Parts: sequence; structure tokens; C-alpha cells
Amino acid sequence: MTPYIVLGVSVALLVSSAAIAVYAERRIAGAIQNRYGPNRVGPLGLFQPVADVIKLILKEDITPSAGYRFLHTIAPIIPVATAIMTVAVIPFGDGLYVSNMNASVLYLLAIASLGVYGITIAGWASNSKYSLLGGLRASAQMISYELPLGMAVASCLLFAGSLNVLDVAASQETWWNIIRNPLGGIIFIISAFAESKRTPFDLVEAEQELVGGFHTEYSSMKFGMFFLAEYMHVVINSMLITTFFFGSYHLPFAALWLPELSEPLKMALDVSVFLAKTSFFVFFFIWVRWTIGRFTFKQVMDLGWSRLLPLSILNFVIIASVLYFLEHALS
Amino acid sequence: MMELEQKSASPTFFKKHQESFYKSLEDKHTTLEFEDSDDPLNSRMVLNMGPSHPATHGVLRLLLQLNGETIEKAKLDLGYLHRGVEKIAENKTYQEFMPYTDRMDYLSPYSNNVALCLAVEKLADVEVPERAQYIRMIGAELARISAHLLWLGTMVMDSGAISFFIWTFREREKIYDIMDQLAGHRFTVSHARIGGVANDITDDAMALIKEFVQTFPKELKGFHSMLDRNRIFVDRNVDVGVVSTEKAIDLGATGPILRGSGYAYDIRRFEPYLKYDEMDFEIPTRLEGDNLARYYVRMEEMHESIRILRQCLDRLPKGPIRANDAKQAYPSKDEVYYSMEGMIHDFMMTDTGICPPEGAEVYHAVEAPKGELGYFIQSDGTGHPWRLKVNAPSFRNLQVLEHSLEGASISDTVLIIGSIDPVMGEADK
Repeated sequence: MTPYIVLGVSVALLVSSAAIAVYAERRIAGAIQNRYGPNRVGPLGLFQPVADVIKLILKEDITPSAGYRFLHTIAPIIPVATAIMTVAVIPFGDGLYVSNMNASVLYLLAIASLGVYGITIAGWASNSKYSLLGGLRASAQMISYELPLGMAVASCLLFAGSLNVLDVAASQETWWNIIRNPLGGIIFIISAFAESKRTPFDLVEAEQELVGGFHTEYSSMKFGMFFLAEYMHVVINSMLITTFFFGSYHLPFAALWLPELSEPLKMALDVSVFLAKTSFFVFFFIWVRWTIGRFTFKQVMDLGWSRLLPLSILNFVIIASVLYFLEHALS
Repeated sequence: MMELEQKSASPTFFKKHQESFYKSLEDKHTTLEFEDSDDPLNSRMVLNMGPSHPATHGVLRLLLQLNGETIEKAKLDLGYLHRGVEKIAENKTYQEFMPYTDRMDYLSPYSNNVALCLAVEKLADVEVPERAQYIRMIGAELARISAHLLWLGTMVMDSGAISFFIWTFREREKIYDIMDQLAGHRFTVSHARIGGVANDITDDAMALIKEFVQTFPKELKGFHSMLDRNRIFVDRNVDVGVVSTEKAIDLGATGPILRGSGYAYDIRRFEPYLKYDEMDFEIPTRLEGDNLARYYVRMEEMHESIRILRQCLDRLPKGPIRANDAKQAYPSKDEVYYSMEGMIHDFMMTDTGICPPEGAEVYHAVEAPKGELGYFIQSDGTGHPWRLKVNAPSFRNLQVLEHSLEGASISDTVLIIGSIDPVMGEADK
């Protein structure tokens, strides 16, 4: 029964967290820029996302006459679907997960790769030059950053000794991976920014250059889907950063000091610890977006291929050999 | 011939315009002829940027021929904001034309007012009281800071950092408040008058200016510390949009573009007007000629403007603020309200205005924030100019764009446009 409850709650949470993230982004941006942000709709402007969604739904839906209608329609569904599919394997607490897949890390990486199709197809199906450039940038960027991301994840798997995300989470009860593997953590965070296409890696939808990038020709709820997917990916990537490197649902060094708790209490603690960490990283994503500028395409490629990829491979090899050496020295 | 006539008969005006531009794109460099056989993969495309585009600073239109993301050729299309200002001037008195100058380079209206006034005063040989000259300098330097702040905000925003724009606007807001107190308008000030200025600096305005001069250097230091060592910003700007000194002079670049390319020319120093010859200030110059050089030039110009402002405030003399000659300048309001002659003079100034001698012509340029802003006026002895021509710095600086865009990538385009800092209201006139 638990998996179904977790599934229902987590999907509902993810969809609503996207709305909350939009609201949070606008309020935090306001705070950073010495202004208020939305504060008129409802108490503290909390109903602003609702108003936004109503506006998006009521807008006219336009498909470019020279565009490819079928692909133009299904493209926005893909990133949303992949974002929702990700929650299937994320542990929200001890025993709180949807499915206990054997190789769930591979599943995660595969799903993450699928998301780019939506954007590339959107760029191509719009039959607009700006969209096309955005779509092409997206595919190049996603491919480049999947490799360091995968290597950073792989360096975590060495500690867990398993391809299961649940084991990765459980292995961090004492030592968080960010402490055991700081370089991998930094590479993972950078790659996660690139994967979710946020500043400084937002050249896919660089407003100043490409107008709207891949979603230039989208309107109404089709655009809304892309918008939703972007914030879902922010939340999902925050969850992944938490899961792989920041101890998942564990408090720091929990095994050393946390007393045995009754099951409901433990569950509540786990979930709130996980959500608190996720919220922090969502804030971090927003904070970075409103503070720094954007790379150029060349710089992004340079960073991905000639810095992060060699570093992540080196990191993996060093950790693997140290672990091997330790194991053999002990035995 | 037949074909041409048929084309002009059918409503294909825009199509022809379009075609001629595509043609000019191909003609521009005969050595780089565009041939389909060169390009079997069809990787080249022509991208139309603007006139309605978030980063083209108004209605600038660019046609870019791309190979991947690299720009092979660029072609500029101006004139979308053409309002015929120079023609309008021929039907206005000199003073009536001033509000139109506000709307040309609308980021530094004060400089434009001063430029027009100085040209007309030179034409009609009007002596301007010293206090008015100092007030004009204060206004012009504040306008320079305001224009450079807008450039800074938009250029950093073009590189993706949006919040910075709001921070520079917080400072601009203070200048707007000063202008409100000083001239009675926040944006289009029209404060200068032929023969002086409209009104004296009020105590409120003085207090605001003094406070601004006190606090602004600190903010400027903050901007420096945020950008000077910011890897993303520096990497994006260094060696981008390079214009060599010779090329800058050949293309007629002026102002910060010219100084950023290593040619230390500033009209305030070389042909001083107002009281700039008594002021102590540097001409910031950089040799690199890239975006970063222009960034440093403009940032340091803001420092120098503050220095000039300080000196102006120290030396501000007492005295009248308009020439005391009914044929040359408006009488003061006291005279207008309490004496018959004053009222007649006021009517005469409004109706006929100042009448420079017949056949006189003059060119006078000032150092506006964007560069050399010159007014060429020919008089026929009446109250209206016979011909008025504006030498607009934005228009001249835009000539650099085609040259510096070649070989750049699309993401550099917006930064190069940003660093050239055109105002289309002025470029298209």
C-alpha cells in the first residue's frame, strides 16, 4: 500500500511544488532586486500561480502554419512526463519509495536523457530559426553534461556498492557523499544546473539572443507545459542533488547520534529532512539565476568537455583505486 | 525593365525592400561570395534579428548570415524610428525645437538641450552668464552618468544577469529625482534655454546633487567589485567585438567606442565648451578595443563625471542664469508678470524667437555620453533655422557594428550591440 500512497503524494507534491517554485522564484527575485514581487493575488500573493495558470489556459493556442503540428503538440508533454517519471525511484524516507528497482540509477540517467527530446523536437517542429537554434543548443548541451553527471553519480555508486538509489541513500547514514567525494558533488551540481537549463546554462532559452529559444513559437498551455517542466526539473534536480550527495533523508552523521525513534516519528523526520534539503537547493537554483550571467555556447562546451569530463573521470578513478587499496590493505 | 514596372505596380514594397537587403548581404564582400555548391549540408542560414527583438535596444534590425552559430556577414538596417526631426526643426523657432532634442537621445536629454543651445548661441553670438554655464555642466554630467548607468544595466542584462539592471536603475532613479527638482521634469527635461537655463538650482535640488555626489562613488565601487573579477562577465567580453584604432577612426566611431579603441579624443578637452577648460579631469582610454575596454572606459567616465560635478559644486558662482538681453533670451518671470516691456519681450521670444544673422552657419559639437553630438545650423535671418542637421553619435557608432559582428557568435551579438550602446531615437532621428 505504501508505494501507492507515496506515488500519489509525491506526484501531487511535484506538480504543486512547480507552482510553489514559480511563486518562490518571483518573490526571491523581487527580494534580490529591491522590489516586492507578486503580492496582490490572495494573501502575500500566494494565489499568483493559480492566476497564472488560468491566464495560460485561457490564451489562444497557436501552431505556426508552417510548423509540424503533431510534433509541435507532443513536444511539451515529453519534459513534463520525464520529470514525473523520475520520482518513481527517489526515496523520501526510510522505506518511503514508489518502486524498489534493481538498477534505478540507470533508470534515472535514462529518463534524464529522454527529456531533451521534447526540447529538440519543439525547436524543430516550430519551423522558426530562433527555436531551431535553441533546440540545437539544448541537445548539444544535454549530451555534453550527461557524461560528467553520469561519472559523478558513478563515483557515488562506489561507496554504495549498488546501482540502487535506495542503497545510495542508505549508504550515507554516517558520511554524506559530499564529504567523502566533494569534487564529485561539485561536478554533479554544475551538471544538474546544465541539465535543468538554468542560469548560467540557460542559453537554450537565452531571452536576449534567441527571444524565447525553443519555446518562442509556443503559447497557451503548451507553453505552460514547458514552464511547468522547467520548474519540475529544478525540483527534481534538487531532489537528486540531495539524494546523491547531501545524505538524502539523513541528518548529518545521523548514525552516530540519532536515537532510535518510533516508526511514524522517524517517517515524519525523514520526509521533513528530505524536503528541507530539497527546498534549500530550489532556493539555491533561484538565487544563482538572479545573481550571475550566462555563458556563451563556446564556454559551455569548453567547460563540459575539457574541464568537467576529465575531472569527473579522474575523480572516479582516484576514488575507485583508494577504495580498492583500503579494502585490500584491510584484508 | 518590364519586370521592374510590373513589380512596382503590384503592392510588393516590403518584398522589394527585403530582397534588396538580402542582395546587399551577398554583395557586401565580393571575396566571400555565397554559393550553394560550397555548402552541400546547407548549414548556412540568414537570421533576421529585429526590428522587434528583446536585445536590439529599440528598433535596430540586423540581418545575420550564419554558419552554425558563427556570424559570417552582418547587415544593418536603420530607419525604423525615423521621425523627420531635422525637417520639423525648419518649422519651429530655435527654442520650440528643444523638446524634440529631448526625444532624440532620450537617455541623456540634458546633453542634447545643451548641444542645441550652444550651437544657436554660437550662431547668434549670445553671451551666457557664468552661473548658467555651470548649471549646464552639472546637468550634462548628471545626464552622462544616467546614460552610462543605463548602458551598464542593459549590457550586463544582455549577458544574462538580470538583477544588475535593477540595481543600476536604483541609481538612475536618484538622478531622475534630481532632474525633477532641477528642471521640473524627470525624463525629458528641456531645462536649458537659449541664453541660459530655465531656472536656478533650488535648495532641494542642490541637496540632492550633493548627496548623490557623496554616495554614488560607493555604489560605483560596488559595481566594479561585482564585475571586474567576474569570470563569466570578463570571459564573455574580452576579445569580443574588437575594433582597431584605425578602423574606429575610418568608420567614424566617436565617444567611448573611439576611446575604447585607443584614441584619446574628448571634445571637452580638445575643443572646450562651457567651462570644461577650467575643469580637471582625465580622458579614460583603453587600447584593446574590445567590449571590456569599452566597459572600463564608460565606468571610468562616470568617475570623472563625479570629479567634474564636485568641481562645479565648489566653484558655482553667484549671478544671473540667463542673458539679460530681450532680443536674445527670455526675460525672467518677474519681469514678465510685473512690467509691460517684459511681457512684450516674452511674447516676442515665444512668437519669433531669436533671429541669428542672415546667411550665418555654424557647426558646434559637444561630448554627449554616446560621443560627438553636433548641430549644424544654417540661418536665413528669421526665427526658424533654414536647415538644421544633427550629427548623432549613435548613428556613427552603429557603423562599427557590421564590422565587429563578423566572426562573432550569436551570443556575442547582443553584447556587442550593448557595448556600442545605440539609442535608435537618435540614430534614426
